[in-house]
Amino acid sequence: MIYITIFIAAIFVNNIVFSQFLGICPFLGVSKKIETALGMAGAVAFVLTLATIVTWLIQHYLLQPLGLNFLQTITFILVIAALVQLVEIVLKKVSPSLYQALGVFLPLITTNCAILGVAILVIQKEYNLLESTVFAFSTAIGFGLALILFAGIREQLSYMKIPKAMEGMPIALVVAGLLSLAFMGFTGIV
Amino acid sequence: MSNRSTAVLMNGIIKENPTFVLLLGMCPTLGTTSSAVNGLGMGLATLFVLVSSNMVISAVKNLIPDKVRIPGFIVIIATFVTLLELLMKAYVPSLYESLGLFIPLIVVNCIVLARAESFASKNNVFSSMLDGLGMGLGFTIALTLLGALRELLGSGKVFGLNIFPEQYGVLAFVLAPGAFIVLGYLIALFNRYIKKA
Repeated sequence: MIYITIFIAAIFVNNIVFSQFLGICPFLGVSKKIETALGMAGAVAFVLTLATIVTWLIQHYLLQPLGLNFLQTITFILVIAALVQLVEIVLKKVSPSLYQALGVFLPLITTNCAILGVAILVIQKEYNLLESTVFAFSTAIGFGLALILFAGIREQLSYMKIPKAMEGMPIALVVAGLLSLAFMGFTGIV
Repeated sequence: MSNRSTAVLMNGIIKENPTFVLLLGMCPTLGTTSSAVNGLGMGLATLFVLVSSNMVISAVKNLIPDKVRIPGFIVIIATFVTLLELLMKAYVPSLYESLGLFIPLIVVNCIVLARAESFASKNNVFSSMLDGLGMGLGFTIALTLLGALRELLGSGKVFGLNIFPEQYGVLAFVLAPGAFIVLGYLIALFNRYIKKA
């Protein structure tokens, strides 16, 4: 039951983009077309889940026993950067077609604060390994949902006549604000 | 101060303002500006990391091999962020609590890495410091402004001072949606009146 609660809460109630403000850069950057949004969402889901599992293991089996908690930030960011590189190399060899689809998005992910954010969040929330994995995966689904919804609206928006000063980022931010308002409707369902 | 130094300093505040023009570092911009004080705190925290990492990176730029420079920069930035975390926990614990997750996330704030890569790795220590200071001030001003506006619209206060009765405020501006909407309109105003678009 707790896993279902984590799942629903991470996707709708505490949506990573609309209520936690993590991963805004890729959210605004690669949301002009649904196709690229799908690619980014896939890459994030993959790396986010993997990175959370690896950093959870490092925190509980390396940093905590040695009393090195203050090195958390440095360790996590290095692990994530190395992991992204590793995923890129492995993917290139094992599945060239998947690499073709996700390749360009992978280097961008290192600076996606959602990855580091979730890795730190699961430690703060004191989740166990399975809960962390479920939380990471559902957060990634929430990110994908937000990204694809937003990309759909932006595709339509590009045909609209918009005042010059509002073109581009300002109108996109206002749209994101309205979407976020809609997501507030989910507050309280779990 | 020479003309060039002033130009470097002012560049970050207006011409290449990280929030309104470069549109970098959006996560802390939106996430921490529920009040003017939080916006100011986050801005100053980022300013500290920007200035110190810019100085160190420009001092050691010739010692780091080109191929591993990005991981090198990240380690330097992460060191200062850890330092900041410990300092804030010790001296301003309440601010540290309210900014929460966004303090460690300064590591992945794109402005810090962007300035390291595009400015500090090519210029001397003094102008890198000025660049960090300018960018940091630009960021701080933007965040404080955004925080003050959201606080005013949401609860009728600025820096905790009552401007109009609280029940006339629209709570949504303090919550998530307000962050996006207020920032959108601020950028539009900046485009219209300062960039003259």
